[in-house]
Amino acid sequence: MAGRRQLKSREGGFLIAVIGDEDTTTGFLLAGVGDNQPSHGSNFFVVDPKHTPVQAIEEAFNKFTEREDIAIILINQYIADKIRTTVTRFNAPVPAILEIPSKEHPYDPSKDGILQRVRGMLGSA
Amino acid sequence: MSSKQRLTVVPSRMTLQQVKAKLAGAKKGHSMLKKKSDALLVRFRAILSDILRNKEAAGEESREAMLALALAKYAFGDELKHVVIENVDDASMKVKMSPDNVAGVTIPVFSKFGARVTDADGNDSAGKGTASLAGLSKGGQQIGDARTAFADTLDLLVKLASLQTSFIILDEAIKLTNRRVNALENVVKPRLENTISYVLSELDEMEREEFFRLKLIQNKKEKARLAEQGEKLKEERKLALTGFDPAKFAGDDASKPSIIDAHTGADPDLLF
Repeated sequence: MAGRRQLKSREGGFLIAVIGDEDTTTGFLLAGVGDNQPSHGSNFFVVDPKHTPVQAIEEAFNKFTEREDIAIILINQYIADKIRTTVTRFNAPVPAILEIPSKEHPYDPSKDGILQRVRGMLGSA
Repeated sequence: MSSKQRLTVVPSRMTLQQVKAKLAGAKKGHSMLKKKSDALLVRFRAILSDILRNKEAAGEESREAMLALALAKYAFGDELKHVVIENVDDASMKVKMSPDNVAGVTIPVFSKFGARVTDADGNDSAGKGTASLAGLSKGGQQIGDARTAFADTLDLLVKLASLQTSFIILDEAIKLTNRRVNALENVVKPRLENTISYVLSELDEMEREEFFRLKLIQNKKEKARLAEQGEKLKEERKLALTGFDPAKFAGDDASKPSIIDAHTGADPDLLF
């Protein structure tokens, strides 16, 4: 099963990756999630909503999902919307993709893929 | 009954026993898988409502964090983000994963570990990387606040990540289990039952055939015996009906001369 290999715990713990605009990234880096090793590169990706091409976001997303030391990926919801197909296609349990609101974009539960599934199940259940 | 709905087996008592054992196994497995599915579902339901609640809370929390960050930015100046982003080297906040077991399905539970930012001044044990940035210049208080706010958000998000991961894994596991339950219920069990009834009917048929054959042979033997008896009776009847037939004896009488003749040449008792 996809992601099953990552279920074993890892020496030294897992990282939390951030894909977000400057403010979001800064905030979480302040909280201490940032990691920048020469061997792996950084675990955060700053998106400039106007200038960063979608492809670059996708690339960063794919890079983070493939890294074995990342367990959680935080991504701004409006950025996730830009690469929605990629995000939806990724359905392995680990890393967990969490869509977070940003300063300008309040949280919209109807866009969150997981939440949609949850609502669908609660509605039908 | 096509071969698709039953196993192709040789109908015999032994196969019957084997198929019956298989059916018993399938029934057991079915009930156990059903229980597993129920157990998973109970947990799943709990997680569903938890996710909803936490998502809302995380939204609230991160709004507060953003506000705190804006304050920090205002106090420190706009270069705050550059300072923070450029000075990252080692993560002081990591998550560790501990496995949890729900009805044989392993789900990871994330928990934060590493330096927890405790006080607003930023005097924590991490001391490295971003942590040491705070208080370097003006606005230390606000930066500390922002960091605490984000750390709190992160707490929620990590919890949410565990829930979400469990959600995905459990969803998968429930689907898999239900698929197995349905396969056992709708394919394996009917097939085995069909096989059993097929073997039973075949065995009955064989028994009837055997009985018929037995009767047939018995009849034949009886008939043959009766025929023989009848023949014998007919013979006897014929003998009885024909009565005494002198002609039958004439042959051997005439063939040799009478003893009397041999002695006297004429019969003295003969009157005429």
